[in-house]
Amino acid sequence: MIPTQFEYLAPTSVEDALAALAQHGDEAKVIAGGQSLLPVLRMRLNAPEVVIDLGGIEGLRGVREDGDALVIGAMTTHHAVLHDPLVGQHAALLVKAEHQLADAQIRHRGTIGGALAHADPAGDLGAPSLALGAEFVIAGPGGTRTVAADDFFVDLFETAIAEGELLTEIRVPKHTGWGAHYEKFVRVAHQWPIVAVAAAVRVEGGTIAEARVGLTNMGSTPLRARAVEEALVGQPATEDAVATAAARAAEGTNPPSDLNGAADYRTHLAKVLTRRAVLAAAGA
Amino acid sequence: MARIDLTVDGAKVSDDVEPRMLLVQYLREKLGKTGTVIGCDTSNCGACTVHLDGRSVKSCNVLAVQASGHEVTTIEGLADTHEGGDLHPVQEAFRECHGLQCGFCTPGMIMQAVDLLAENPSPTEAEVREGMEGNLCRCTGYHNIVKSVLHASSSTAGGAQ
Repeated sequence: MIPTQFEYLAPTSVEDALAALAQHGDEAKVIAGGQSLLPVLRMRLNAPEVVIDLGGIEGLRGVREDGDALVIGAMTTHHAVLHDPLVGQHAALLVKAEHQLADAQIRHRGTIGGALAHADPAGDLGAPSLALGAEFVIAGPGGTRTVAADDFFVDLFETAIAEGELLTEIRVPKHTGWGAHYEKFVRVAHQWPIVAVAAAVRVEGGTIAEARVGLTNMGSTPLRARAVEEALVGQPATEDAVATAAARAAEGTNPPSDLNGAADYRTHLAKVLTRRAVLAAAGA
Repeated sequence: MARIDLTVDGAKVSDDVEPRMLLVQYLREKLGKTGTVIGCDTSNCGACTVHLDGRSVKSCNVLAVQASGHEVTTIEGLADTHEGGDLHPVQEAFRECHGLQCGFCTPGMIMQAVDLLAENPSPTEAEVREGMEGNLCRCTGYHNIVKSVLHASSSTAGGAQ
C-alpha cells in the first residue's frame, strides 16, 4: 500500500523545522528515519496533510562529549550509535540495546530520536534511556527545555514533546566502567520484544554498588524497576542474591495481554529476564 | 509533485514524483528496474533491499523524495560495482551454492549479504545468520543462503566489494 497524498517539506535547520510545525500544527507529522512512521502511513493508520523531514538537518546527527554526559543528536542512526566509540566506552547499555533493535537495514535508516519520540512501549531504547537517566533536549518556539527520562514517557506512543516541539538531542550521563546487558525475549528473530530488560550495574570488589534496571513492554511506557535496583545495592553479584532482587521486577508494572503473551506470563518473564540481565551486566 | 535528482546504478536521474511515492515504486514503475521486488510491503521481509549511499535499506520503507541527492544501487547495478566478470562475487556464490529456490527473496538477500560482507569480510556462520535476520526466505530454510554468504566471503579472500 502507499500513503495518502501529503505535502513534503525538507527544512535544513531546526528553526525552519519549528516554523513549519508552527504553520501546519497538528496537520503535520515529523519524519526522522521513517522506519516506524512509513509503515503507519502506508497502512493509512495516519494521514497527515504535511510531512516534515528532518533528514536534511546535519546538525542533528552525531555524538559528542559534554563534561559528564554524551550528547547524541536525535537524527543519529541506530547503526551510527551502535558503532560510536564514545557510546561504547561511556554508555555500553545503549550499544547492547541497539545491537538487538530490529535488523541491519532498519538500523541503517532509523534514528535514535525517532525511535524514542515514537515511544512504542515495545521499543528497545526506552528502557535503557530510563536506566541510564538520559535527558531529552526539546526545542520549541520559546526556546529549548530539558526533560528527564522519568518524565519523558507519558503514555502509549505519547511523550513530553508538545505540539510544535521537536526532540533535538539525547543527553546520556556517562556510565564509564559500568557493566551492561539488554536481555530481550522474542519468539522469532527480528521481532518486537515480548518483554526485555535493560540492566546497568557498577560492581566494586564483587559487591553491587549501584544498579539501574529498565523494563520494556511491561506497561504503556518503559518502566524503571526501582524495587529491584534498591534490593540489589550492597548485595554480592551472585546468582542467589540477584535472583532474590529480580523476583521484585514486576512490582508496580501493568503488562499488556496480547497474542504474544498474557500479562501473568510477562510478569514471569520480567523476573527471569531481570535475573539474567543483571547477572550478565555484573559479569557473574 | 516534488523534484528529485539522484543516482541509480551509476546513472543520474531526475524526475517529478508525488512525495508519497516509495523508493521501491520509483525504481520499478518509473525506472523499470523490476529486479528489486516488493515482498511483504510492511518492511519485514527485506526482499526490496537496495543500497542507499552504500548501506542496505528496505526500499519499501524509504520515500523516493528522501533518496533525492543520494546514490542508490540495486541488484541490477550490483555487478557493475565489481571489476571483472558478469556477476558480483556474491551473485556468483548464490549460483554456486544454490542459495535459492523460487528466487523471490534473492535480490534482497544478495544486497544484504554484500552489505554484511563489506562491514565484516570474514563472518562466522552465526554472524551471517544474525546479519541476515531482516531478510525472510520461505523456501530454503536458509541453509544454502548462509552457505552462499560464507562461500562469498572465503572466495573473495576477505571482502566481497
